[in-house]
This record gives sequence, structure tokens and C-alpha cells, in this order.
Amino acid sequence: MTRRNWLKHIQKLGFIALGSWITPSLVFAKKEDADEAIQKITSGAKIQEGRVTLTIPPLVENGNLVVLKVSVDSPMTANDYVKTIHVIAEGNPLPSIFTAYLTPRSGTANITTRVRLADSQRVWAIAQMNNGSFWQGSAETLVTLSACTEMV
Amino acid sequence: MSKTSRTSITMPSSAKKGAIIEIRAIAQHDMESGFRYTESGKLIPRDIIRTFTCSYNNVEVFKADFYPGIGANPLITFTTIASDSGMLEFKWLGDDGYEAVNQARITVS
Repeated sequence: MTRRNWLKHIQKLGFIALGSWITPSLVFAKKEDADEAIQKITSGAKIQEGRVTLTIPPLVENGNLVVLKVSVDSPMTANDYVKTIHVIAEGNPLPSIFTAYLTPRSGTANITTRVRLADSQRVWAIAQMNNGSFWQGSAETLVTLSACTEMV
Repeated sequence: MSKTSRTSITMPSSAKKGAIIEIRAIAQHDMESGFRYTESGKLIPRDIIRTFTCSYNNVEVFKADFYPGIGANPLITFTTIASDSGMLEFKWLGDDGYEAVNQARITVS
């Protein structure tokens, strides 16, 4: 190996080292993004814990397709039903995953879909009832192979 | 430019009046997140399905907004109450003029 090549390698290593320094602050910023997204949904209203159950596998091998299930404990009658369900992932580049709009004609508030998870993280589900109150539930998961980062 | 793709609906073809039925709706779509790069370092533009709606005899009973966090070939499972015999219409709308429509008939006794 020539000296020039060797120097190039050292330079690359330097960038990697720099990268690992920067990453923690980015992760922190993402958490703030998620808080901002939640703030936008509730516009400052108080969120109560409970009634919402979010199910994701505790260990995910591939973050590209993760089965996510949300169920909200509600009678789903015309006077008492779940209006919207928001799912927020704090570690994704865009925290919002989906929003579902329900009606009393839904019968139950159970939604299943497949989502992408960029990192090991906590995922939140926030439900708004027809009376305007907010309820939340969350689940934590470990992702070994991240979505989004791969090249094509 | 308008695009469409294959979609599939799984739901019972008949039900008792007032029963809760489960509907699975899937659309064939890459759901390109807009966060990926090609090997040459070019950002791949976002191309996703944005909304999904289900109407039961022309009354909207379920709607969902999708973001890039939804996986490829988006699948969504939800429930509705079998109220009358008739037609359920499912509609997906997305970027670049994407539109897909599917229908399913239900007999309620």
C-alpha cells in the first residue's frame, strides 16, 4: 500500500469517528420531532395513559415490515367512540406512521398494519375519543436490521 | 400521469345483521419512503399511497392516512358493522396520480 492510499484510509476512519460522535445528538433531535408531532395532534391537551394497546414484536429482525396492531378499549357506540388513532415512532425520520379515522360503524377499534421501523425505539399510539379526550399506549422494540438506511 | 396497481380485499361475503366483520385490504405498491439513496448518492423521490378510504353503500365508514412509515404493499385490517346488503368500495390515492379502486359485495341476513 502506498503512502497516499494509506493516508486516504486514515481520513475515512476520521469521518467514521466523526459520524459516531454526531449520531447521538441526531437521535435526540428525533425524539423532539416525535414530541412535536404529538403536540400537533393534541394541540397541548392532556394525554391520559391507558385504554390503548399497541402490539409490536419485542424483537424485530428486519425493520422493513413489522406487524403493528392497535386496539382501543371503547364501546364504539354513537355516544362513545374512538374518532382517530395516530401512530408515532420516535426513532423514524418521519415520526408519523399512520392516522386512522373511525366511526361508530366501525364496531371495534382494532387496526392492524405493517410498518417500517428505522431503529430500536418506542412506538406510541394516541387515540382521540369523540368527547375530545386523548389516551395513549406505547410499546418498545429492538430492531436488528433497520429500514430506510439501505442503498438501492 | 395516472397509475394504478393490483389490490386485494379479504372479507366475508355474507354476515348476520349487526355482526362485526373484519376487512383486510392490501394494495401492491413500493411505498418509496423518500429517505433512500441510490448507489450514486441520488435521493430517490417519495412515492407513496397517501390515503385509503372504505365506503359502505356510499357512506364513508373508515379512512386512513399513510406516511412513509408504512411498509411496502400496504396492508390494513379494520372492522365494520354489517348493516345492510350492498357494496363496499375501497379506494387508494397516492403520489403521482396513483389511484386504485376495489369493490366487494356483502349479503346481510
